[in-house]
Amino acid sequence: MNLIALFRRDSAPVARERLQILLAHERATRGQSDLLSILREEILAVIGRHVSYDPEKVQITMDRGKSVSTLAVDIEIPNGSSRLSAIHA
Amino acid sequence: MAQVLVVTSGKGGVGKTTSTAALGAALAQDGAKVVVIDFDVGLRNLDLVLGAERRVVFDLINVINGVAKLSQALIRDKRLENLHLLPASQTRDKDALTEDGVAKVIEELRTKFDWVLCDSPAGIERGATLAMRYADSAIIVTNPEVSSVRDSDRIIGLLDSKTVKAERGERVDKHLLITRYQSSRAARGEMLSVEDVLEILSTPLLGIVPESKEVLRASNMGSPVILSDPKSAPARAYSDAARRLKGEQIPMHVPKEAKSLLNMLFARKAA
Repeated sequence: MNLIALFRRDSAPVARERLQILLAHERATRGQSDLLSILREEILAVIGRHVSYDPEKVQITMDRGKSVSTLAVDIEIPNGSSRLSAIHA
Repeated sequence: MAQVLVVTSGKGGVGKTTSTAALGAALAQDGAKVVVIDFDVGLRNLDLVLGAERRVVFDLINVINGVAKLSQALIRDKRLENLHLLPASQTRDKDALTEDGVAKVIEELRTKFDWVLCDSPAGIERGATLAMRYADSAIIVTNPEVSSVRDSDRIIGLLDSKTVKAERGERVDKHLLITRYQSSRAARGEMLSVEDVLEILSTPLLGIVPESKEVLRASNMGSPVILSDPKSAPARAYSDAARRLKGEQIPMHVPKEAKSLLNMLFARKAA
């Protein structure tokens, strides 16, 4: 038992790190979550009809400025991912 | 000037009701007039934790509907004459809670009491948002555990956006109450420490309540821990927290859990 405990990593720092990453993300999207989640859903629906992507590798952010706001859509598409034929449908 | 406080957390089972009862009792013990309101319509428990479950006649919804007057629904504590309970309804639909109704009840309570403590239900639905709606300040009850911390962060976001004060551009004062803390496990890196939680939530600390058998005993007995075991570590943590709420400067004390003889015999030191 003690030997295993010696080599096992403390779990509290892991919890702390996971929370910091998660909450940074959740706070950034708070407030704009309504508009952003609608945009996210619809953009991904369109993209997904044509190429396959990893849902984990999608970043959609909105920066609100005084006069202009920017919407950044960053979707990582794996090389060689088969292009779905749109004609098929 | 009455202070309206919401005791909230997002996550269930972290100690909102226990904390509401203990803080309410601690404030009342010091002579202030205190009312604790149970907002958990359908799943009321504050009456049980306060040992008043057999004295409930009318409830919050009855008052909102005009079936009963506020004075008929308020239950005075048998041990502390300054402590009053406004119970939740056990049977009615939670949609019976209306924003105007709650506003009226809180306004009336403000004129009669020094402290109005709103015990929020878990979640972020109607009951929880109405419990915080008219609050001047908030106590966020958090366990040193990932899901509780995450939900607390969510609740902090709601306090900053969905309360009347926030909508007026003012701030709801927020206080963090860490409950079920086990300092030895935190020291061994098995549990988030107080510092971790504070850094993540960046909210001022109101108190640290240790995991302890006295808290369980208190709810078994239907008596706030302040009264059932006044010398215990959790009672001290709650009474210190209550004094901090009143603006007193009390040094923060990280409670150590009492080790039983058995634990000491079998304790294995981590290398």
